[in-house]
Amino acid sequence: MTVTAVPITTRKDWSTDQEVRWCPGCGDYSILAALQSLLPDLGVRRENTVFVSGIGCASRFPYYMNTYGLHTIHGRAPAIATGLATSRPDLDVWVICGDGDALSIGGNHLIHALRRNVNVNILMFNNQIYGLTKGQYSPTSEPGKITKSTPFGSLDHPFNPVSLAIGAEASFVARTHDMDRAHMQETFRRAHEHHGASFVEVYQNCNVFNDGIFSTITAKENRASMLIPLTDGEQIRFGENREFGVTQLGDGQLKVVEVASVDEQSILIHDSHVDNPALAFALSHLATGVTMPTPIGVFRDVVRPEYGDQMNAQLSDAQAKRGAGDLATLFRTLPSWEIE
Amino acid sequence: MSVEMTTEKIDRVVVRFAGDSGDGMQLTGDRFTSISAALGNDLATFPDYPAEIRAPAGTLAGVSAFQVHISDHEISTHGDAPNVLVAMNPAGLKANIDVMEPGTMVIVNADSFEERDLTKAGYAANPLNDGSLSAFSVFEVPMTSITTEVCKEAGVKPRDAERSKNFFALGLVSWLFIRPTEPTITWIAERFGAKPQVAEANTRAFRAGYDFGETAELFHQRYEVTAAPFASGEYVNITGNTATSWGLIAASQQAGLPLFLGSYPITPASDILHELSKRKEFGVRTFQAEDEIAGVGAAIGAAFGGSLAVTTTSGPGMDLKAEAIGLAVSMELPLVIIDVQRAGPSTGLPTKVEQADLLSSLYGRHGESPVPVLAPKTPGECFAAAIEACRIALTYRTPVILLTDAYLANGTEPWLVPAVEDLPKIDIDFATEPNGTSPAGEPTFFPYLRNQETNARPWAVPGTPGLEHRLGGLEKADGRGTVSYDGENHELMTNLRAKKVAGIKSIYGDTFVDDATGDATIAVLGWGSTYGAINAGVQRIREAGRKAAQIHVESLNPLPEKLGDILRGYTTVLIPELNQGQFIKLIREKYLIDAQGLNKMKGVPFQAAEIEAFILQHLGENQ
Ligand code: SF4
Repeated sequence: MTVTAVPITTRKDWSTDQEVRWCPGCGDYSILAALQSLLPDLGVRRENTVFVSGIGCASRFPYYMNTYGLHTIHGRAPAIATGLATSRPDLDVWVICGDGDALSIGGNHLIHALRRNVNVNILMFNNQIYGLTKGQYSPTSEPGKITKSTPFGSLDHPFNPVSLAIGAEASFVARTHDMDRAHMQETFRRAHEHHGASFVEVYQNCNVFNDGIFSTITAKENRASMLIPLTDGEQIRFGENREFGVTQLGDGQLKVVEVASVDEQSILIHDSHVDNPALAFALSHLATGVTMPTPIGVFRDVVRPEYGDQMNAQLSDAQAKRGAGDLATLFRTLPSWEIE
Repeated sequence: MSVEMTTEKIDRVVVRFAGDSGDGMQLTGDRFTSISAALGNDLATFPDYPAEIRAPAGTLAGVSAFQVHISDHEISTHGDAPNVLVAMNPAGLKANIDVMEPGTMVIVNADSFEERDLTKAGYAANPLNDGSLSAFSVFEVPMTSITTEVCKEAGVKPRDAERSKNFFALGLVSWLFIRPTEPTITWIAERFGAKPQVAEANTRAFRAGYDFGETAELFHQRYEVTAAPFASGEYVNITGNTATSWGLIAASQQAGLPLFLGSYPITPASDILHELSKRKEFGVRTFQAEDEIAGVGAAIGAAFGGSLAVTTTSGPGMDLKAEAIGLAVSMELPLVIIDVQRAGPSTGLPTKVEQADLLSSLYGRHGESPVPVLAPKTPGECFAAAIEACRIALTYRTPVILLTDAYLANGTEPWLVPAVEDLPKIDIDFATEPNGTSPAGEPTFFPYLRNQETNARPWAVPGTPGLEHRLGGLEKADGRGTVSYDGENHELMTNLRAKKVAGIKSIYGDTFVDDATGDATIAVLGWGSTYGAINAGVQRIREAGRKAAQIHVESLNPLPEKLGDILRGYTTVLIPELNQGQFIKLIREKYLIDAQGLNKMKGVPFQAAEIEAFILQHLGENQ
């Protein structure tokens, strides 16, 4: 087998000729652009890349990627991707889903793909609403949300997707948002580098049914004061002049403080690689809604055996021990008798 | 010896071992079957066990039974009623005595007929001394006490020794039917080698049972069933689930594709998952998914990646998988779905047989969603049917449903081990080159440009440069395969999908007809596991000098090409089914034949006598 260099590509090579059908102004466009222009830098081949999606606005994504792709059924993309990624470890498998797809109808598959640590990159576009079915509340909508299906306000307590992923034993968990291409690309790059299941929540604006829901934190003028960037090895600080920071209280809880009001040494230094998920979980709960300063970046990035690797190792071990399977031998694993 | 012992040659015998779920009846029956198989008898078995792992001990709900039919000639069923019932406790007796014919033999473990045992089984009086068993030859054998006695010498505690009493029963029945003792003793040594005390207790109990027959002067006759005239070759006694598993592995080898099984545990299909998970040296990937949907979903993902993809389940799982099967219909990916049918609806009777998933397999998905459906007729035949299901899936790029059932899954028959070189070849032609031109004039890949002969679309797997394409559940444009909302195109694609499935050529394309003299006017038409009972019923009619034909279908979609013409050649068509009448609907609708149905939903297979009576009822005076 000759190994040929990965051809140099541009964003155009990764785009199909399909007309993109999201509403004008939808946050999905910028996510698509971020990924299409990142892929040429990742040293991967189009033919070895597969995008798998479920149902929903976000799930149209594979049609626009000039790679292999599957646009499947509602909620099931992580399960379908599991079969593909474990049986074809040579492929680069991405799962694109929305908050309804991944957390409502497909919640079960999401948590199991994460705990098994299947080598897939799961990008969940969170717009806190059902877009394709025209505006019902979703499992991430804020309580009391008035929508077509909840004219008196929704009663549901929402999921915090990052907390959920950490609780589901995910080995890589991150958050980014559709207004910052560089941050998205850096986050996607790290998700791709991670071997195992990577979960990325992307705050995404649905300008038709939930417009501006994240602007309190993601609008340019609010970012410095409302987004808490998580950078490995650096103190967890934010604000125009990095005047705020995150510190840990005696009972283990995290708290946003004015740096000047505390001992500067008490501001936490971020480390996504610690095995114990407690701090990452606490960080994910620092904000309980988009009215509070919200951490973004990589919460957790730890090494754990990947599911497909282990599955395939069992096959090669068996073959090494017993030799390649032989049907004639198989048929005689039951006691046989001869008739003359 | 004071009593004269005689040996009678008999042509067949049906033995039923019945006891508590914890009494090891399945193991006992299985051992008796194996010894008889090795002697060259033809045989058929029927394990009949409760859904609960340990139902309350001693109650009717907890009765586990194993019936085996052995003979010196070809047989097709596990036998209607037992000639010998071995009852380890009152519940085992009570649950089975009603099917016994007068004059047959009942062997009971006399030690288990204490007041407490009788109450648990719901007996007001002891049947051993109230005269209620006077029609049978009853043998009261103190199995528990002899077993504990012989084990005591080996230092086994009475409580542990008591567990070996099933081997006593096996020993006794082995003596009764003149079976050799060595195979069982060797088997005990191998099976329980790690626990020498258990092995010792079982061996002692087995020998004690055998010796009891010889010396107790209770039995005055032994019976001999000699070998059946089999085609020469090597045989194993195989269950439907094992045959299905091996068929899948064989198909994967013959196609040169790795096997991927996505599955969720469910009775009675789990044994396929168990068997395949052992066979990793064949490159078989088994994925125990989080639910039924993930099981089929993972299989679809693996199919897209170029594996031979399979999902296994039983009825309730089929309901859950329906949407994903529809996706595979739309994406036209090869996928084999195995439904080991059990009685429904809902949880129904989880361990009992029914054939009631036929219509849901054919029509149980939204939209026009044609899927080929195959149904093997005997346990051993599950092997060939599994290979054929895989071949159809791979050749025509379609999901295929293989309908077996709880009876086939757990029942056994001697299976002629095939020569590997005689297995069917499965050719795989992955697409490697572009097959079309884009609007911009570039060579491109059209994933829905069909093969003229099979109407199958090309299968290009990820990793193939230049053939990148997207599949999905949205309607595709004919040929190009891009998303299309055009109504004309949708109608065309709907018809193309139907035409592809209707045109499938399979090994089951010719109708199976057994019309010994060629002039019967009545035909019994069946599908799936009712084959054996129908066959035995038809034989009985013929033995009485009358005529009846047997017609059996194994491809339910598409139906065999000439089936309609063949059926029209008979004045009367009878259709026995283990459901309320599903196949009969297809036959009436498709061929406008006024077929008559016999329907049974008791969780057990048909008996030959039921089929015989049904035929007689429709057989006119002069036929
Ligand atoms: S409905 Fe919302 S999420 Fe969907 S495409 Fe339109 S803007 Fe985007």
